Amino acid sequence: MSMPQDPAPRLERDILAMRVAREFNDGDVVNLGIGIPTLCSDFVPPGVQLLYHSESGVLNCGPLAADGQGNVDLINAGGQFLEPVPGMSFFDSAEAFAMIRGGHIDVTVLGSLQVSATGDMANWFLPSRGVGNVGGAMDLAGGAKKVIAAMEHNDRTGASKIVQECSYPLTSQGCVSLIVTDIAVFNVDENGLELIEVAPGWAPENISAVTDAQFEVAHDIKEFELL
Amino acid sequence: MPIDKSVSTFEEAVSDIPDGASIMIGGFGGAGGMPHRLMLALVAQGARELTIIGNTAGIAAPTGFGWPEGETPIDHAILIENGQVAKVIASFPVSGSVSRQNAFEQAFNRGEIELEVVPQGTLAERIRAGGAGIPAFYTPTAAGTDLAKGQESRVFDGRESVLELGMRADFALIRAHKADRVGNLIYSGTSRSFNMPMATAADVTIAEVDEIVETGDIDPERVNTPGIYVNRVVARATDR
Repeated sequence: MSMPQDPAPRLERDILAMRVAREFNDGDVVNLGIGIPTLCSDFVPPGVQLLYHSESGVLNCGPLAADGQGNVDLINAGGQFLEPVPGMSFFDSAEAFAMIRGGHIDVTVLGSLQVSATGDMANWFLPSRGVGNVGGAMDLAGGAKKVIAAMEHNDRTGASKIVQECSYPLTSQGCVSLIVTDIAVFNVDENGLELIEVAPGWAPENISAVTDAQFEVAHDIKEFELL
Repeated sequence: MPIDKSVSTFEEAVSDIPDGASIMIGGFGGAGGMPHRLMLALVAQGARELTIIGNTAGIAAPTGFGWPEGETPIDHAILIENGQVAKVIASFPVSGSVSRQNAFEQAFNRGEIELEVVPQGTLAERIRAGGAGIPAFYTPTAAGTDLAKGQESRVFDGRESVLELGMRADFALIRAHKADRVGNLIYSGTSRSFNMPMATAADVTIAEVDEIVETGDIDPERVNTPGIYVNRVVARATDR
C-alpha cells in the first residue's frame, strides 16, 4: 500500500519478484511459497537453471499447466496444476519434508506478516482470525539453507511489517537472511538489519519513516539492482 | 487360500468404524490422492465423535484448491458438515482465503471442534515414526514457537530441538491408483503425499483405488506401498 509520506511510488510485485530472482544461483534447489514468491520463477536470470521443489511431493517441477489441461495427480503446494516435464521425481510427504529438514533446499522465498530485526519470521497466524495454517512454513523457514522474505513493506493498515520484535506468533527464530520489500532490500543477521538497496526516489530516511525497526545503512547503498 | 484383501463395496469397507475412532485421511488437499468414496461411505455410515488427522481439514470448497474447474469438491468438509468430527489434527486446517471460510473454520468458531495444528513436516514425520515403531524424535521445526509450548526440548549442535511423538490412528483411509489382491499399492504423481506414511500408521488401513488387479500383475519393482501395511482394498471401478 502507498502512504501519504511516500516520496515515490512503491514497486510492483513483479519488480519485487525480479529483484528476489537475482539471488538464485545456477543449480540451486528452490522452494517458492505462495503469492509474491511464486512470481519469482518468471524472472530467473538467463543461464541460471533451478530445480524447483514443492512439498506436494515433486522435484524439478516446471510451469503451470494450461487452463483445462490440469491433472489432479500433478499439483504444487498451492494446489495449482503443473505441466509434466522431463526429469521430474515424485515422493511422499515424509520424504518431501526430509528434503527440507535435511538441508537439501538451497533457497526458499516466503511471504511474511512480520519479520524482526534479528530475522525472526511470523507468517502463519493472524491473531484477528484466531486460527491459522502453518503448512510447511516452519519446516521451510527452519530447514532451507537460505530464507528470503519477500513482502510488501507495510500492511493494509500502514503498519510496518519489519519490526524490532514480532508481535504475531513466530514461524521460526532468526531464519531470514534477506528481506526484499516493495521499497527496500535489507541484509539480516544476528546483529540486525542493514539497508542495502532502495526503490528509485527513496532515501534511507524515507524508509526509516515507514519502518518500525532500527537499521544500519550500507556505505555502498544502491538503487534496486534488477539486472 | 490365496490372500485377497479386496472388499466389494465402500460401504462394507468402512462398516466397522466405531464412534470415537481416530482416522487418518490421506492426500495433500486437492482432488488427487483423496479417498472421496471412502469419505462418502463414512458419512452414510454415520460414526461420530471422530478425530480426523490430515494435512488439511477440507479446504477445497471455498477456493477450489487442487480441483478441476466446475467440479464440486468432496473432502473432510462433508464429515464436518455432517457433525461427525470432534477433533482435527492438521497442518493446514482452514481456507487459504481469510474471507472464504471452510466448514471446519465455521465449526471451530462455534466451538464445536477441537484443533491441534502441527507443522506439515512434523505431521508427516510423526506419522512415519508411528508406523515404524519410533515412539518419539527431536526436530528443530517449531522450536521457540507457540506450537512447541510445553514440549520437551534439547540442544543438538547448538540448535534447540523439540521432542515430537510418533502418531498412530485406529484407521487410515487412503487413496492409491492401483492395488493387487495382497494389498500392494501404486500411486500417481503427487498423490503419494500423506497416503504413503498414513498407510503404515493405522491399525486398519483401507485403500480406495481406481482398479484392483490380479496378484502378480503389479511389477514388484514398481510397488510404492507394500501390502504388509494394507488391510482392505476397494475399487472405484467395480463399486459405482
